[in-house]
Amino acid sequence: MENKDDILEVRNLKINFNTYAGKIKAIRDVSFDLKKGETLAIVGESGSGKTVTTRSIMGLNASNTEIAGGSIKFKDEEILGKTEKELSKFRGQHIAEIFQDPMTSLDPTMKIGRQIAEPLMIHQNMSKDKALDKALEMMKLVGITNAKERLNDYPYQFSGGMRQRIVIAIALITYPEIIIADEPTTALDVTIQAKILKLMKELQDKINTSIIFITHDLGVVAGMADRVAVMYAGKIVEYGTVDEIFYNPKHPYTWGLLSSMPTLDTKSEVLPSIPGTPPDLLEPPVGDAFAARNKYALKIDTIKQPPFFKVSDTHYAATWLLDDRAPKVTPPDEIVKRQKHFKAINTK
Amino acid sequence: MVKYLAKRIFYLVLTLFIVTTITFFLMKLMPGTPLTNQAKLSPTEQQLILQQYGLDKPVWQQYLSYLANAVHGNFGTSFQFSDQPVSYLISSRIGPSLLLGFQAMVIGVLLGIVLGAFGAIRKNTWVDTTTTIISILGISIPSFVLAILLQYFFGLKLRAFPIAGWSGFMYTILPTIALAAMPLAESARFVRTEMVDVLNSDYIELARAKGLGKLGIIYHHALRNSLIPLITIIGPLAVNIMTGSLVVENIFAIPGIGEQFVNSITTNDYPTIMGLTIVYCFMLCVVLLITDIVYGLVDPRIRITGKRD
Amino acid sequence: MADNANKLPKDAFEPLSDGSHLDNERIAAPSLTFLKDSWRRLKKNKAAMISMYILIFFIVLAFGSQLIPSVRNIATHPNLNNLPPRIPGIDIPGFNGTLVQGGQRVNAYTGDAANVHYWLGSDYLGRDLLARTLSGTRLSLIIAMVATFFDLTIGVTYGIVSGWKGGRVDTFMQRIIEIMLSVPNLVVMILLLLLFKPGIGSIVLVLAFTGWINMARLVRAQTLELKNQEFVLAARSLGQKPWKIAFKHLLPNLSSVIIVNTMLTIPNAIFFEAFLSFIGIGVPAPAASLGTLISDGQKSFQYLPYQMWIPAIVLSLLMIAFNILGDGLRDAFDPRTRE
Repeated sequence: MENKDDILEVRNLKINFNTYAGKIKAIRDVSFDLKKGETLAIVGESGSGKTVTTRSIMGLNASNTEIAGGSIKFKDEEILGKTEKELSKFRGQHIAEIFQDPMTSLDPTMKIGRQIAEPLMIHQNMSKDKALDKALEMMKLVGITNAKERLNDYPYQFSGGMRQRIVIAIALITYPEIIIADEPTTALDVTIQAKILKLMKELQDKINTSIIFITHDLGVVAGMADRVAVMYAGKIVEYGTVDEIFYNPKHPYTWGLLSSMPTLDTKSEVLPSIPGTPPDLLEPPVGDAFAARNKYALKIDTIKQPPFFKVSDTHYAATWLLDDRAPKVTPPDEIVKRQKHFKAINTK
Repeated sequence: MVKYLAKRIFYLVLTLFIVTTITFFLMKLMPGTPLTNQAKLSPTEQQLILQQYGLDKPVWQQYLSYLANAVHGNFGTSFQFSDQPVSYLISSRIGPSLLLGFQAMVIGVLLGIVLGAFGAIRKNTWVDTTTTIISILGISIPSFVLAILLQYFFGLKLRAFPIAGWSGFMYTILPTIALAAMPLAESARFVRTEMVDVLNSDYIELARAKGLGKLGIIYHHALRNSLIPLITIIGPLAVNIMTGSLVVENIFAIPGIGEQFVNSITTNDYPTIMGLTIVYCFMLCVVLLITDIVYGLVDPRIRITGKRD
Repeated sequence: MADNANKLPKDAFEPLSDGSHLDNERIAAPSLTFLKDSWRRLKKNKAAMISMYILIFFIVLAFGSQLIPSVRNIATHPNLNNLPPRIPGIDIPGFNGTLVQGGQRVNAYTGDAANVHYWLGSDYLGRDLLARTLSGTRLSLIIAMVATFFDLTIGVTYGIVSGWKGGRVDTFMQRIIEIMLSVPNLVVMILLLLLFKPGIGSIVLVLAFTGWINMARLVRAQTLELKNQEFVLAARSLGQKPWKIAFKHLLPNLSSVIIVNTMLTIPNAIFFEAFLSFIGIGVPAPAASLGTLISDGQKSFQYLPYQMWIPAIVLSLLMIAFNILGDGLRDAFDPRTRE
């Protein structure tokens, strides 16, 4: 997977949290790449480690975090182990983040113009007036009406959707190479979600940035991402292009996620769900962490962790079902339908 | 804003009226008159004294005239010093008390902010522990105990400051420290808690994500957001200082209204007690009003809408 | 891969088809109840635990000492007055019955006093300071407990009623609180104390009269929040009687606010009692309060500092211990500070 286009390389990342109850193994050997200009979606349940992964890229983890191993390289520059001071030069300049909750992520006592302009003043030594001019441009770009008058307004004077546009403006103002969007639409109304996603897509094309898009909602991924990585219990269990993940998924967990997503032709009255809860990462289970919730589990799943099996050049999945010795299983109906569709596209 | 202010001032007047009324009738229930402090007097002499204090009229007339006089700052004549009007007694003694209170408030709150902010920034280090210990001690040790300790060590043993009295700046230092301990402790604790909260908030996380350094985050985002709510405890702190001044002025023999209040209590000087009660209440109401206005001025969320959410 | 596979059992690739491995709703970590969890966090707080032991020590000492007649004796002995502390078998200056007089340390226990041991010395009337301090501590604790009981009952009831009723009742009740807040507490207490006969009862009464406000405000705020939560709405829509809702649904959820605030009300009551006694309108003599003892001690602290030290230290320790324990409880109950 080595590639000149890679702007970010994460290799064998391991992260623990030290808590009163013991060590929580939050990230257990995660590797992925991000190419220039692409959107990578990281999908998984709450607690699967999506946010922890991206927080480590930003160097924004909580103080009880322990990096147990691995590397994160931005354009061949190692990020892990950088001091807070070095990191702060990095953040906002090369990598920016769009936060989840626009209601709490803006400083309530600072004018929003100043909040948008701040990264420019820090990283490019721009004067306040000049930075505010740029902020005004950016506000127009993210679709805030009457931008000029609103420059001096405070966050509480804006609606949730408008605030998220401001948060996006803050992230984009320095034209960073990577934008991390951590569930950027979860806190918003459904109608506004679509608008914000569309805006992000448009702006991505305009400034040619890469996006890491974190979500638990596969529905959002389809229209947004180029590639998808599915995370479960601190590991990536399957990754591939959007089409591969949506129409030819191999991991039972991905099957579960896709089956529990309503589509236009969902006929059954009950939406299937994945039974059970994620494992306790204080003591991760031996073998495949998903086994206890997996009705396709093999005996070996309780003994040994599955390695990644190659499905195609871009598509890998960590499940013993792909082993030659494993019995052939039939995925749920919903997935069979999708796979048929996938074959139809590819044979065309 | 103007409407809000008018409403607040109306409540201030109403509160003062209620307090005056209640105090007046409480005092009427008290045992003892100015006569109890005097030697045996003939009935005519007694009558004269009662007339002098207006005590020969029916209670409701006394009340109305008291109200009318109180509006003009006239609280009658002291029982203890029969030749002095209460208003003169208060006005001649309020200076030292205001000076001490003001000094204690400013020093206490400023130091408290510094301590609290450092405690929060260096959370769970020795700095934080020191802050916590200082605030626990400041809140726990009663002002009169602290005052006596200061007097004993710095006045008596080290002879660094005068033991008691009131003639110049040096005389204000020990009492100011004794009075400032509580506001210092309370504001340090308050600022620390607020700042820890603020530092954990999403917008500080966003500021870090922007690439702001530690100092920038504290200066541009954390301080303002954690100091604004401090305004709301200035009122309670003023109460603390008023309470403390009663004993601290007594211990350091300062001619202030606190010392006068305690003296009036021990001599059953009701007119002075009443006058001082109203003055204390008035001062507190003014402090509360001012802090309310200032809060509105500095917090944009209140500034525009004129009300708190 | 291949060599690892050798170690695998033969049936490694058999499906676990019986489904017995699917333990669907198993919760892996043992769950802690709210109280247990809080207690665990409190136990981890060393300062709070030490404070708790100090308080238990004081309570046992103050009340237990009443069983020992010699320590209970607070009679006056004019010929044994102003004696410094003297503890049998201890020869440390300050506790061996010596006193600095004219630049020299001399034994104060002469004449009548030769065979007496006042562990903490005696006062200007020859009363045993140990007995006086213990009785003052006892008084402080009793008054604090009783006053706190009133705070609790008045404050909690006021808060629940005000928050639950809402509307005009709430506005009116809040206005009363606002007026009470605009007069310094101490002034109210003094006015009331002038009216009542001095004594323990009056002190408790005036402490209760002013102490409940904070509790009422906190409980009201919490009640307002709880009132609109689903479990309370459910109880209401099922036609549950208001007082039953208050006891079964509100009180348990208010408990942490109430416990924490109570722990902070106690030192407040101790402080005001000592304060009032210090300025001379507290409990009348011969009953001893820590405040009176400090006030008496202050008068002679230039020559007999021990008379002030002991009650001052005891009072400060009580206050510190209650405050630290209160802080510890607040941290333990406050979910925001959970690790």
